[in-house]
Amino acid sequence: MASNGEVWVYAEHDWNKLQDIGIELLSKGRELADELGVKLASVIIGDKVTRHATILFEHGADKVYACEGSKLDNYDTAKYAKVLTDLTGQYKPQVVLFGASARGRDLAPRVASKLRVGLTADCTDLQIGDFKAPDGTEYKKILYQIRPAFGGNIIATIVNPNTRPQMATVREGVMPPPPSKKGKKGEIVKAIIKMQNLPNLTSILHREKTEKKVNLKASRIIVSGGYGVGSKENFAIIRNLASVLGAEVGASRAAVDAGFIEKDHQVGQTGTTVRPALYIACGISGSVQHRAGMDQSAKIVAINNDPEAPIFSIAHYGIIGDLNEVIPMLIEDIKKRRVE
Amino acid sequence: MKEYTMVVLVKQVPDTQNLTGEAMKEDGTVNRSALPAIFNPEDLNALEMALQVREEYGGTVHVITMGPPSAVEVLKEAMYRGADRVYLLSDRKFAGSDTLATSFALKQAIQTKIPDFDIVFCGRQAIDGDTAQVGPQTAEKLDVPQLTYVESIQELGEKKIKVRKLIDNGTEIVETALPVLLTVTDTANEPRPFIAKKLLKYRKAACEFDLPKILPRYPQFKTKEELKNFLKKKGLFIEMWGLEDIKANKDDVGFAGSPTMVKKIESITLTGKGFKKIEPTDEGIAHFVAELIEDHTW
Repeated sequence: MASNGEVWVYAEHDWNKLQDIGIELLSKGRELADELGVKLASVIIGDKVTRHATILFEHGADKVYACEGSKLDNYDTAKYAKVLTDLTGQYKPQVVLFGASARGRDLAPRVASKLRVGLTADCTDLQIGDFKAPDGTEYKKILYQIRPAFGGNIIATIVNPNTRPQMATVREGVMPPPPSKKGKKGEIVKAIIKMQNLPNLTSILHREKTEKKVNLKASRIIVSGGYGVGSKENFAIIRNLASVLGAEVGASRAAVDAGFIEKDHQVGQTGTTVRPALYIACGISGSVQHRAGMDQSAKIVAINNDPEAPIFSIAHYGIIGDLNEVIPMLIEDIKKRRVE
Repeated sequence: MKEYTMVVLVKQVPDTQNLTGEAMKEDGTVNRSALPAIFNPEDLNALEMALQVREEYGGTVHVITMGPPSAVEVLKEAMYRGADRVYLLSDRKFAGSDTLATSFALKQAIQTKIPDFDIVFCGRQAIDGDTAQVGPQTAEKLDVPQLTYVESIQELGEKKIKVRKLIDNGTEIVETALPVLLTVTDTANEPRPFIAKKLLKYRKAACEFDLPKILPRYPQFKTKEELKNFLKKKGLFIEMWGLEDIKANKDDVGFAGSPTMVKKIESITLTGKGFKKIEPTDEGIAHFVAELIEDHTW
């Protein structure tokens, strides 16, 4: 079932701007398309969205399918699914990727169900490879969809050998953003989709943006506290270290569940996935679900008084000791250097 | 005033969130079969939302689970919390269903058995697969609108529903026509605990396959049929639906109906590569900080 179909990435457009995830996915998309020897295309849907084509080209897209119109201004599952099912029917891409955002996870399953094709949720990696089915059939160059499951305790590789396109949603923040080439051009394909008498429509009566106070993804350094911090009050020690380092404050699920800190700070499978330059885990035992969200960090420092804590298994530096003693020492040392 | 026919789709899942030492194998991987089976947490939020609609507007709460016979336990738990009717969707032919095949079976069950539904409630996602796909796919198969990540129902009319839902970076108030499918988040509500009276009553509830086992406890009945009729009259018989009951085609469910295949499963191990040990002393810390500065981490 070899195919010369393109690799498509759905470029989310919301709040009048292109969302990061659609750009981030172009790096992996580029890799897959090159391996398959096919073109990489972005699909963008919304009102006046063709203007974003440049940035998509500059980040690696060869083509941009733009479906625009004032009726597409606000996201609607039925309308957007209709656009995507019609476009895939017409152009027959072999791979279609979505961000595993709230929108991607609303839209992709509806599209996959309509097309009756396989869809893998929340992938953390994608590769191209061959597959031999249990019945002996061999498939060349298909999409390996790699994802954690079972609360992050296993990593599964999923394939959709017999249906096209092969679809996946991809977790945000796990793939490095693509390099940008100023001035790179591409082909724009304007898509026109008939929308008459479309059933199952919804109407948005009001939308409200909640500004995220915590920006874990954008931080180079994250200082995270776990259950071992002991109390809400004692979380001040984590904040102090973060403040000295100009870092963001993270937390494990156990710390959030215990009420030490708000959920916005949670790192892990059910929180935010991060890959900072430095991750300092304080009093975090390192459950699989936490590690799934931070094990791609460039440097991991673990501070824990339990030498058996699983966090040490992925740490680059380990300090076995009481965080209430170690952290003040760290703060002291860093401050001293500043003065010097 | 309209009364609502509601269907809640629930799943029994292994408790992946509270791993205990007992569930760990010696090689540091998880022994999945040792994990306790629980009611999927967000499905409890879905059930709670349905029960609240019934309390406010009136109606009937039907609960369906698809799974092996042991999944009947979550149906009982649904009854302990106040569900009106529960059904086990179970057939060997469903084994191996991915999200697409599962949504097909669920759609067939709803269309065949509860065709006049107004609202289908699902949890946002299950903690074993974390896919969040079965809800939207079931909505597509039922050809009804979907509202995902729902936190609350703002208004419910004869033909319309208005909800507040989470979106990326915010919230929305969205309106659509009934019938509809909602997926409900864990921030929606606090699921009610078991109701003692219902627990006492429904703990005796049984499915077809339980009958031979429990017949000796009812000396007044000689045959399974007599016992079944008695349980039915008392509202203690849990219906089980198979492939034929829901008029499903075997090629649409199970392995045959699943386009995805698992190529490989790797267990995550807790044994690591080793780390550089820093002594928790002023001197140890100073060396460590110097090292990070030197390699430009700071």
